[in-house]
Amino acid sequence: MSCRSNSDAGCGSSGACERAAASSEAVDNARRTFLRGAAALTATTLAAGVTLYVFAGEPAAARSPGEKAIAKVRWGLLIDASKCSEGCTACVSACQSENGWRDTGHPTTDARWIRKLTVKDPGNGATFSLPMMCQHCAKPPCVDVCPTGASFRRADGIVLVDKHICIGCRYCMMACPYKARSFIHEPLDDQRPYAPRGKGTVESCTLCVHRIDEGRTPACVEACNEIGGGAMLFGDLNDPSSEISKRVAVYRTTRIRDDLGTDPGVRYMNI
Amino acid sequence: MRQAVVRRIRTIATLLLAAALVLPVATARAGNADWLPKPARGKGEKCVADTQWMRRNHMTALMHQRDVTVHEGIHTGRFSLERCIECHAVNGADGKPVTIESPKHFCRTCHDYAAVQIDCFDCHASRPDAKAAKIGNAAPERSSKADAAVLAQYLRSLER
Repeated sequence: MSCRSNSDAGCGSSGACERAAASSEAVDNARRTFLRGAAALTATTLAAGVTLYVFAGEPAAARSPGEKAIAKVRWGLLIDASKCSEGCTACVSACQSENGWRDTGHPTTDARWIRKLTVKDPGNGATFSLPMMCQHCAKPPCVDVCPTGASFRRADGIVLVDKHICIGCRYCMMACPYKARSFIHEPLDDQRPYAPRGKGTVESCTLCVHRIDEGRTPACVEACNEIGGGAMLFGDLNDPSSEISKRVAVYRTTRIRDDLGTDPGVRYMNI
Repeated sequence: MRQAVVRRIRTIATLLLAAALVLPVATARAGNADWLPKPARGKGEKCVADTQWMRRNHMTALMHQRDVTVHEGIHTGRFSLERCIECHAVNGADGKPVTIESPKHFCRTCHDYAAVQIDCFDCHASRPDAKAAKIGNAAPERSSKADAAVLAQYLRSLER
């Protein structure tokens, strides 16, 4: 953890960054605050390990470790297709290394948590590119059809598979209009400790839930901003002061297959 | 008279036979119990709970905590499989922690002996991640009265 990454996350003043670096806990909390979209933050260290935060605007309800995910928050993504170049796969590579999935030479059955699509208008030949993954719907069809309750929507809007109770029936794969889910056909080893995956269960993008619970951004968003075109923005759609909410309020954004009424948490721009 | 003698001889023979059968087992138990599993000690000072309690209840504790972690996003509980694996990692000949494939693996030492199959590692990593410098949520609380109370409540609900 360093102060530099804080600045990357959009720290308003470098002075605040330096003070926040006083303890690693302060950095963690500071990150959470940035994620919650507090535009201006002042952090004052009162004593060792005691930090006072003063927020501009609505106080951000940063979740401390050990606290439940709450419905007040709705995590979402805003993807600007105009900044997403066709050849770039930074988000896909970041997701692979973060969550431990990879191509094994079986393109029809390999797990794919996120994929790059190139969309072409047959009328004029214009193309654009976008990443496609689990859309973290408010009304997820995968949850509706799951016979065991393994497919579920967490309070903060993240759609997950509880692999402990997934029986691998793949009904959710049929129901998902975004083709976001994969089934694991072969035994796996050396999974990431924070991203368990195994044969006989269905999996999909978790929005890097392990990172979110630590107050960090998803790996794809981080990679897109560092080495990609900066097309992805992560934040709380329920918090009017968050950057994502502000942009959604100003620009015309699209939810893919909005006609199905799934209310995805992933929004696209310029498509 | 004769019958009494026969009965006495029979009793003595039975006792001798019983002693012959029981003694070797008893001495083995008292002396070199090579056939008992000897799980490796963890790296930490002490386990998250009493060792005897863990031997009997670790599965219930893990089962309870997995639901809390997956569904509620709480990563700070006492009984985290990830932390068991980190603390109880056993190094192989190459100096790296062994996976569940090795009979030396901490979980396998007892589970092989008890012939209880573990499914955890079909999905979960059976050794600490060398690449990840820090794993899991920030500042795990080593022992919290709150999660002990929640677990106790859960155990009671199972008994009902």
